Amino acid sequence: MLNHCRALDLTNDKGFLCGKVLADLGADVIKIERPGGDSSRKIGGFWGDVPDPEKSLYWFAYNSNKRGITLNIESAEGREIFKKLVKTADFVIESFPPDYMDKLGLGYSSLSEINRGIIMASITPFGREGPYRDYKDSDIVVMGMSGTLYQTGESDGPPVYISMPQACLHAGADAAVGVMIAYHYREMTGEGQHVDVSMQQSAAWFQANAIPTWELNRKNLKRAGAFRAGMSKDVGQRQVWPCRDGYVFFNVIGGRTGAKSLSALVEWMEADGGATDFLRNMEWDNFDMFTVTREEMGRISGPVGEFFLRHTRKELLAGAVPRGVSIGPLSSMQDLLTDECLNARNFWVEIEHPELGTSITYPRDFVKSSEVDCSTRFRAPLIGEHNAEVYNEIGLSKRELITLEQSGII
Amino acid sequence: MEMNNREGVFSGLTILAFCWAVVGPLTMKFFADHGATVIRVETSKRPCTMRSSAPYKDNVPNYNKGGYFNYYNANILSLSLNMQLPEAREIARRLAVECDVFMENYTPGVIDKWGLGYEELKKVRPDVIMLRQSGYGSWGTYANLPAFGMVLVSIAGLPNFIGWPGKEPLPVGVSAYTDCISPRFATATLIAALDYRRKTGKGQLLDLSQFETAIHFLTPAILEYASCGREPERIGNSSPYAAPHGVYSCQGDDRWCTIAVSSDEEWISLCREMGRPEYAEDPRFNTLVNRKKNEDELNKLLGDWTVGFTAEDVMERLQTAGVPAGVVKNAADVYDDPQLRKRNIYWPMEHSEMGMFTHLGQSFQLSRTPSKAYSPSPLLGEHTEYICTKLLGMPDEEFIDLMQKGVFE
Repeated sequence: MLNHCRALDLTNDKGFLCGKVLADLGADVIKIERPGGDSSRKIGGFWGDVPDPEKSLYWFAYNSNKRGITLNIESAEGREIFKKLVKTADFVIESFPPDYMDKLGLGYSSLSEINRGIIMASITPFGREGPYRDYKDSDIVVMGMSGTLYQTGESDGPPVYISMPQACLHAGADAAVGVMIAYHYREMTGEGQHVDVSMQQSAAWFQANAIPTWELNRKNLKRAGAFRAGMSKDVGQRQVWPCRDGYVFFNVIGGRTGAKSLSALVEWMEADGGATDFLRNMEWDNFDMFTVTREEMGRISGPVGEFFLRHTRKELLAGAVPRGVSIGPLSSMQDLLTDECLNARNFWVEIEHPELGTSITYPRDFVKSSEVDCSTRFRAPLIGEHNAEVYNEIGLSKRELITLEQSGII
Repeated sequence: MEMNNREGVFSGLTILAFCWAVVGPLTMKFFADHGATVIRVETSKRPCTMRSSAPYKDNVPNYNKGGYFNYYNANILSLSLNMQLPEAREIARRLAVECDVFMENYTPGVIDKWGLGYEELKKVRPDVIMLRQSGYGSWGTYANLPAFGMVLVSIAGLPNFIGWPGKEPLPVGVSAYTDCISPRFATATLIAALDYRRKTGKGQLLDLSQFETAIHFLTPAILEYASCGREPERIGNSSPYAAPHGVYSCQGDDRWCTIAVSSDEEWISLCREMGRPEYAEDPRFNTLVNRKKNEDELNKLLGDWTVGFTAEDVMERLQTAGVPAGVVKNAADVYDDPQLRKRNIYWPMEHSEMGMFTHLGQSFQLSRTPSKAYSPSPLLGEHTEYICTKLLGMPDEEFIDLMQKGVFE
């Protein structure tokens, strides 16, 4: 859909996802690294467990469908080349510290003088202004500052983070939304603009009902381990249940949505020999999570928990689908790669890595369009892989390239 | 046929939305907050689950007083239609033809049953853009399985990364975590589809699965399994690439800070701040490898130090010394956060049932076309008459007649 667009992607791991989204939508995304390669190539794990800037799986994950060049934008010559590229581009995405690009004379106002329609996205840990703007980040720090961390963990222990970095993904995805909104505006007016994305704010954007619960009840929702807090007056809602070979997630909830799922579950338990009179006689349509008592909840979760323990993740999912019971087994990575629905929807794709003499399975796409294929098509770029191709497009000769390479500009 | 008081990037754009839970409104929010006229169809026969979710104003359950619903639905208009009645379905069909985009995230099958499926709409509006965003996708093995965010978190595999070694996996504290992932992908795509239609005249069907978009938030682990056969392990608050790295107890009740040291330079600064410069050279801690090897001891020493300070003190001291550290903010802290407030994340607005109530604002800032608070979250059906008579141009008599038939319940 965005085949006519070009993005210059200067980000490190704080912002990879933005360019990835644009690239999957068809844009020509050129990843620009410093000569020698971006430091985020050092992020593990590595293919074959060998630390190597050309084998970082993190790099692979979020830079596929992008081309790659090297360029030292801290050198005067490098800046001039960058400006030439900006003339050909629609988007510039960067995740340097606030003001870094301004100090190089490559801030939004300078770039918009070269190309009035340019849309620039800056992704920083906390934002370009404000009291925390110069604070140093790490995913656990940002997730802590956003509220998600406090609410996760055992009720009698410390907060626990998600050990797969998340704040950078919220921010990267937000940056993609931001540049697209700016793009919509530019298509009508010709004017570009600057998109300012804060990882903290992107991660804080969704806090379920924590913020209104504080405002209305002056109550801080606390982490509740395997339970979920805040839906009823004082009864916890179990989310994580052990099953025969792992765990499943399931919620006892009220309303018509819950009623359908719960009555189907009880029918299933009945056939399995595990329903109790209490469950059989329950009027699920009138079941209200807001007023449920601890005793009632115990009489529901007891037999339900025993039922889960008798079955495997696979059995529970296979039984849940035709009955419409909302059970989510905790998938291993292997479960995901062999998942029936994901495979039916052709979600996985083998991407060739000729240098490694192999192909690797990737998520194919995040959207299925009836018009345009949004698949992952090719692997992330090697260091400077497309230098000749891209620099040739902006009119640099082979000889010039050799000089630039020798002087460490590219 | 748009609301005429809205400026912004999407001024003039109209979206007919059948939203459920949080995924729908968060997607529509990007458009509504930038001036689009978003018409959300609801019914008092079966209000959105968010309308019957705590907390409530004055603690009394009421569809119009739910804090969960009202936090996420600013700027959206509510049209009440009882879709069981053919007249209601006809109004929805008329709106679908008039609007620029049709968006829905119901369990697949529902809108098709009402004659609003993509193929049906295409017949009356050949360039229709339809965005579908259900739990598992609108087709495929699990299409008809009802989905909840907290269940999707699990089937997508996220809890493999949350918890302590050898202990049970934990849910993400904000429960329906996947609800905020899919809307970003959906919105970027939808805007690209609008551009595509402008340039080619073609509409399209966009089908997103919340299950699939959530997997994109753990792609590196997929690649690790696909290439090395290694499943993720729960590692508490540690990191393979940093030490100390974790959550540490501070002064006060349930107060914590984070500290993440990924270089020797940061470690030296931290030792200085702790008043223990000798630790920098200590053979137990002088390199990342040694700090990882003696991590339990390291965490204990650090925790003994942090507990003497408030989390805010630790953050300020360490950040000043160039060490990544932060307060583990609870909801009250996030609500009062000076940085988030400076960035205008909250929009307090007078709501007729809630009084002055904080609505969620936007997650990023645009320099030229800022997002804006136009109207508080709607009461159920608040804009029904306006949409029917003003936007659709329905004569008053017809409106009253349909109302008496229960079409707008």
